[in-house]
Amino acid sequence: MKARTIALAAAFALSAALPALAADKVKIGYVTTLSKGPAAIGKQMQDAVELALDHLGKKMGGLPVEIVYADDEFDPEIGKLRSEELVKKDKVDFVSGFIWSNVLLQARQPIFKANTFLIGSNAGPHELAGKECSPWFFSTSWQNDQMPEAMGKYMTDAGIKRVYVLSPNYPAGRDMVAGFKRYYKGEIVGEILTPWPQHADWSAEFAKIRATEPKPEAVFVFYPGGAGINFVKQYAQAGLKDTIPLYNVFTTDSTTLKAQGDAALGLLSTMSWGADLQNDANKRFVADFKKKYGYIPSFYAAQAYDSIMLIASAVKAVNDKIEDKDAVRKALKASDFASVRGQVKFNNNHYPIENFYIQEVVKDADGTYDTRIKGTVFLAHADSYGAKECKMK
Amino acid sequence: MTALLLIEQTLNGLQLGVMLFLMSAGLTLVFGIMNLINLAHGSLFMVGAYCAALFLEWTGSFVLAALLALPATLLVGLIIEIVVLRTLYERDHLDQVLATSGLILFFNEALHLVGGAEALYLDLPPFLKGQVKIIPGSPYPLYRLVVIAVGLAVALGLYLLVTRTRTGMLIRAGASNRTMLSALGVNVRLLFTAVFGLGAMLAGLGGVMAGPIVSVQSGMGENVLILAFVVIVIGGIGSIRGAFIAALLIGLIDTMGRAFMADLMGLVMSHTAAQTAGPTIASMLIYLLMAGVLFFRPQGLFPPRGR
Amino acid sequence: MERIVTIAVLIALAAVPLLASVFDAPFYLDLFGRVMIYAIAAISLNLIMGYGGMVSFGHAAFLGLGGYAVGILAKEGIDSGFVQWPLAIGSCALFALLTGLVVLRTSGAYFIMITLAFAQMLFFLFTSLAEYGGDDGLTIWTRSDFAGLIDLNDGASFYYLIFALLLACLGISARLIDSRFGMVLRGAKANERRMQAIGFPTFRYKLAAYTISGAMCGLAGALLANQAEFVGPSVLHWSRSGEILVMVVLGGMGGVAGPVLGAATYLLLSYFLADLTKHWAIIMGPLLILVVLFARGGLLGLLSGRRAKTDAP
Repeated sequence: MKARTIALAAAFALSAALPALAADKVKIGYVTTLSKGPAAIGKQMQDAVELALDHLGKKMGGLPVEIVYADDEFDPEIGKLRSEELVKKDKVDFVSGFIWSNVLLQARQPIFKANTFLIGSNAGPHELAGKECSPWFFSTSWQNDQMPEAMGKYMTDAGIKRVYVLSPNYPAGRDMVAGFKRYYKGEIVGEILTPWPQHADWSAEFAKIRATEPKPEAVFVFYPGGAGINFVKQYAQAGLKDTIPLYNVFTTDSTTLKAQGDAALGLLSTMSWGADLQNDANKRFVADFKKKYGYIPSFYAAQAYDSIMLIASAVKAVNDKIEDKDAVRKALKASDFASVRGQVKFNNNHYPIENFYIQEVVKDADGTYDTRIKGTVFLAHADSYGAKECKMK
Repeated sequence: MTALLLIEQTLNGLQLGVMLFLMSAGLTLVFGIMNLINLAHGSLFMVGAYCAALFLEWTGSFVLAALLALPATLLVGLIIEIVVLRTLYERDHLDQVLATSGLILFFNEALHLVGGAEALYLDLPPFLKGQVKIIPGSPYPLYRLVVIAVGLAVALGLYLLVTRTRTGMLIRAGASNRTMLSALGVNVRLLFTAVFGLGAMLAGLGGVMAGPIVSVQSGMGENVLILAFVVIVIGGIGSIRGAFIAALLIGLIDTMGRAFMADLMGLVMSHTAAQTAGPTIASMLIYLLMAGVLFFRPQGLFPPRGR
Repeated sequence: MERIVTIAVLIALAAVPLLASVFDAPFYLDLFGRVMIYAIAAISLNLIMGYGGMVSFGHAAFLGLGGYAVGILAKEGIDSGFVQWPLAIGSCALFALLTGLVVLRTSGAYFIMITLAFAQMLFFLFTSLAEYGGDDGLTIWTRSDFAGLIDLNDGASFYYLIFALLLACLGISARLIDSRFGMVLRGAKANERRMQAIGFPTFRYKLAAYTISGAMCGLAGALLANQAEFVGPSVLHWSRSGEILVMVVLGGMGGVAGPVLGAATYLLLSYFLADLTKHWAIIMGPLLILVVLFARGGLLGLLSGRRAKTDAP
């Protein structure tokens, strides 16, 4: 015991004296939700990460890769504790993942303080895009506002004059509404923010929409996860789906479509990726994903896959010298990899500049529900916070 | 137009109310008679919805699935009563809280393993899908009317059971004085098991009926549980009548708050401020109501006599 | 027996920074620091629950209120801990005093639910405060500043500060319970009418206990916000109140050390089980049930041979 302690202490003293000790492997901490309600999303991300490792031959550059998965239990405090563990105990070189804005916002501090890169693969809060942007943060998803911005543009172009807006009353919800308004040029005839997350019944809101005069031509909503399942089912049950078309962001995706069933059929949403996006990287990703796991990947999976591929490209570009953080940052910023989202560059705040598409929910020949890309709304669309509020170059 | 809207919102409030009543009826009986705080009551709600979804996949018929889900929930309820809860009747409330919160953890994860991580699919059969023009000009979902009807029917049945039958007499006696009841030679253990089973089945029925409206997933019972506790406390613990009235009250107030609070506040403040503050006040409303009721009536609206 | 357990647990906690520095495992400072903060919250709940029979299902409200006091002041540019902490504790005491006037009119299950009601109102209030992060929560960029007296950014110093405050809270609660005040409180739990008949204004005693408890939990909130460098509405969610309640009952309400034991067991067990399997809840749930079925008086009761009564110190 004692001898071991001394040996350990000596080893650490030595490592402190030689800071540029070369890495013998790439260690990545992956934080996502693996238990409790939203575990379905976490599982998709985990599957995608494993597929990315298969495609990479479990190697990045010349180094073997080790992934440490951490479960945030859908609780910001646990997410923070686990992130702390990743950087302090497991001493990972990169942290990636994060589904939820509130978990990411609480967990980022210890990661940044440990000078560790954080590759967000879903949550895109405006804080990290604007005033609180960080040289240690990169995103392979989007900034929250970009999706409703695309929907606002699409609905304006489609000539829809009067829209009713529904969203949860929490920051991401309000961001969504703000983003929508930024690009929607018609009239917003009504706007309801519902309590979050306990709200599960929209009958009162539907009655108000129906009673609005003159009649709205469309309804725009943002209800992620379980709330989206409830909303879409109830919207169809209320008979509104056939009278007032429903447009959404983050409400119909492959994690919710099974439970929404026919109620979601034909609904339109915007996204920066689709399983039917035609590029070589994506074709390979989707085909292999379906083969390995037997289901269609969602955008959560695609973004998780991209986060691993982005890290791999950076490790390769710095010739395995991942301890040179500045070089790694430059390599990450170059975004020199075959993304499943096609051509992607980074804005000054390290959020992606990418294309946004309009997608429709369809039923495949074998009865499974899926989304199809109907058209492109934005080409190389940058978020609206980077240029304005982020001081990074 | 405003009058029509008001009628429609009243229906919505009723529907939420009867749903809450199904949850609270069992909870208030178990609490009132056995003196047991059962936090796992929400798990039974979830078990009901899960069973319905799984049986639907298996049988393909919604009605059959719903009918099978009820005895299945009853069975689960009886198993928990016999294995865990039976020994807890004489224990401290806090021991009951600890044990039944253990049950919540167990059930959430167990159903997660059985049903998979994703939310389950539970849709209505075509004959329940339509809308009814009950109010001129605004069609109302048929299924919600069915929920109201079933809920009211169950409430009537419970009322008759409690006031007109011998079992009901024992239940009432148990709610007002348990010790006396067992002293009179009633098989209290059997009565307890029966009451618990009944409560479990009602919670299961609530889950089955909520299934097509909300998403069927692990943890779905917890928010309903909190609301059900609010209901039974406002109604007076042990009182079916109190639970019924409080459930409707909560259903109506919650719905009305959500529907009109933001507009109401828009009269006295700016539109944006009202849009933000409205939902906040609306969510607080039922808790304000509970605090208010308990301030003036610390035993709830209808405390059972004799205690 | 209880004394031995208490001392053993405290020595173990005191040794954590030493072991963490020897094995270069600073993470354990965060893990055990969090355990001790929740232990303080549990001690504060035990004070009213174990000795006064007041079962609060809304104690996380104080955790959140204390945390938000620190967070909001920090956001407004007031970093001094000498301002932040007294305000955190004071606002919690005030909140407890005012709500206590209402909640103490009820008892039993009604008390449980009305404490929940006030916590829920606070939860919705903070969720809607867009200015201070709303549902996203509020990042605290600088930890409380104590003018060079102690540096909270140093892991070990912060840890020992939490440890010292834990000892202080243990001491305060032990002293309170053995005082005349504590006797009245326990008497009121056993038979409130008799205590009133003897001439004790039990309401005032209970209100004082409730206020002290709230203030102590507010301190835990200030510590938690500093440790997390963050405060958000999830801190005052009702499930958090439930967790604190479970910690107290699990540890055993028989003595002052029960809550510490309960907090440590609950948090560490769920932490290490989660390391083992993502389905940890399916093990944790039955474990809690087994403790209830086979250990009267919680873990403390188990350790001291089931003799612990809910009332004796």
